[in-house]
Amino acid sequence: MTTLRIDNLNVTFSTEAGPLHALKNVSFDVPENRIVGIVGESGCGKSTLINAILGLLADNGSVDGGSILFEGQDELTTLPPSRMRDLRGPRIATVFQDPMGALNPVISVGKQMLNIQYRSPLSKEEKLNRAVEMLELVRIPDARAALVRYPHQFSGGMKQRIAIAMALMMEPALLIADEPTTALDATLEVTTIELLKDLQQKIGCSVMFISHHLGVIAELCDDVVVMYAGEVVERGTVRQIFQDPRHPYTARLLECDPARQSERTRNLPTIPGEIPDLRARPTGCIFANRCDRVSDACSAPPPDKDIGGGHIARCFVADTPAETGVTA
Amino acid sequence: MLSYFIKRLGLAAAIVSVAMFLLFCMIYLIPGDPASVALGPRATEEMRAALREKMGLNQPVLVQFWNFYIGAWTGDLGDEVLSGRPVTTVVLEQLPYTLALIVGGITWSVALGIPLGCWAAVSRGSWADRVVGILSVAVIAVPSFVIAIYALLIFAVELRWLPAIGAGEPGNLGDQLTHLILPSLAVGLGWVGYIARMVRASMLEVLEASHIRTARAFGLPDRTITYRYALSIAILPTVTLLGVGIGQMLSSAVFAEIVFARPGVGKLVYDAILTRNFPIVTGTVLITTVLFVLLNLLADLIIGALDPRVRSSF
Ligand SMILES: Nc1ncnc2c1ncn2[C@@H]1O[C@H](COP(=O)(O)OP(=O)(O)OP(=O)(O)O)[C@@H](O)[C@H]1O
Ligand code: SF4
Ligand SMILES: [Mg+2]
Repeated sequence: MTTLRIDNLNVTFSTEAGPLHALKNVSFDVPENRIVGIVGESGCGKSTLINAILGLLADNGSVDGGSILFEGQDELTTLPPSRMRDLRGPRIATVFQDPMGALNPVISVGKQMLNIQYRSPLSKEEKLNRAVEMLELVRIPDARAALVRYPHQFSGGMKQRIAIAMALMMEPALLIADEPTTALDATLEVTTIELLKDLQQKIGCSVMFISHHLGVIAELCDDVVVMYAGEVVERGTVRQIFQDPRHPYTARLLECDPARQSERTRNLPTIPGEIPDLRARPTGCIFANRCDRVSDACSAPPPDKDIGGGHIARCFVADTPAETGVTA
Repeated sequence: MLSYFIKRLGLAAAIVSVAMFLLFCMIYLIPGDPASVALGPRATEEMRAALREKMGLNQPVLVQFWNFYIGAWTGDLGDEVLSGRPVTTVVLEQLPYTLALIVGGITWSVALGIPLGCWAAVSRGSWADRVVGILSVAVIAVPSFVIAIYALLIFAVELRWLPAIGAGEPGNLGDQLTHLILPSLAVGLGWVGYIARMVRASMLEVLEASHIRTARAFGLPDRTITYRYALSIAILPTVTLLGVGIGQMLSSAVFAEIVFARPGVGKLVYDAILTRNFPIVTGTVLITTVLFVLLNLLADLIIGALDPRVRSSF
């Protein structure tokens, strides 16, 4: 079964300068028990995608078209808010981008971990024990004492691991992690990633893992979704994307060897040119102004070409391998 | 925590000392001889000289200040000119009435301001938000003595729902409370507006914070998020504001006490100024300064109790 199936999703923000088309015809699946990495430059719509899934878009944002099907039965774009709230937490748990601010500063960690179990029939004692268990799992030292402490008494890395513990405590079917490691230093990042993978296998959930960091994606994920300016330009397995990139954007991203890249820069390589203004999308290919394989055909919207085996790229020339791709 | 408290007490003492110095200068520089004022026009020169001697007015100015300063710290603010009773006793007799008025004013402003501000923030942009916004500005803009007079006219004189004047029968708590309703409303109503606006603004800010998004992402009920996760933080600037606002409430209390003919330090100082009863003026100002400083300290301690980040920096 597919945990999450996103089909032709469109999200628009109304802004003073007109509607901003933040997600355009986004489609991909998160299969059961798999880790799907989402990669793309800043501003390409990763957080918007998460918020659309969770029903937490900003007031000026709306889903206009497309579907988000959860566990084959719940259509999240039309789910009543109360049903959506029931899914958030127990079925879909999220670790957000900003670890420093992700926990409430005036409520103790234990109380926060207790509060999120408010639906559970367990006794208070049992809930606290569960919280301790989870904190130990993410290797918070002296977990029981940590319960009475407040977020500012922990380091950034610990806060991030507490956030992960909180999400996994819910034993969700889908874990969404929005750049959970960007605030951490390199060694902590590696431990956190290993931890996440461990826990994912233990709990048996699907993961949507958002990252700027190709090395981490290659390490952790089964599938990859490459986003550019609010569109999914290419998706496939890690092997397909890293060994045989078909979209020129993916190819450019991979031009630096991911292994070497992880030592040198922790972020995506920069590509000359800028993301087009999402308020005035070009009629043709969104990547045309930065593409090195652009042709006249590209002034029309490119199709999602099926390369086979679930490997899909939104480009006219996706049939032919990009010669700049590297072998992972 | 203890060292923080000691530091704050030291600061409070310094503020009070400065207030004493300023007060002393003011009294010293005011034209007119307190002894002649006290004794009236028919007193003889010998009587004046004797009183001057008794009040220490013949000593060098620095000695006078020192005596005043040390006396004040030991609770001796001199004697009242007319009756000769100790100023401290006279002021402390009146203080509970004013304190009740201010506590009543704070109760009104908190009990109405916080829910209104919350409601406005949660329903931002709606008609409710706009109505609360307009009302807030209105009650802030109207001076408290105007509110006092209208409250008196409407609820006491016209409708006769509430007593018009006095503080109620001593010993009868119910009667005293009904007498407190209108004057404390007059003191607190403007603050309902301030607090509603303050709470609305900080609620809007806090509701944008990522930890609120986390709380939503765990499906916590809206009520829990609004009141336990957001308001517990959004309340903090309001407590600080109230701490500072007590000074302004004290001056509103003067008007309220006059309009409602209530006893209290406001009424006391008003009468004292009219009769040039300077020791009472000085004593009242000093004691209210101490009160203000202590209430501010209390506000800081409340913030410490509410905010673990502040607590650990104590
Ligand atoms: N509430 C909003 N109103 C208007 N525009 C918005 C809003 N939220 C996001 N956007 C726009 O939508 C686009 C996608 O933003 P989003 O935050 O999803 O990017 P992201 O991929 O998460 O970036 P980052 O890697 O920096 O977190 C951006 O152009 C952003 O400016
Ligand atoms: S469609 Fe054209 S412009 Fe777009 S990525 Fe492919 S080749 Fe480049
Ligand atoms: Mg983001």
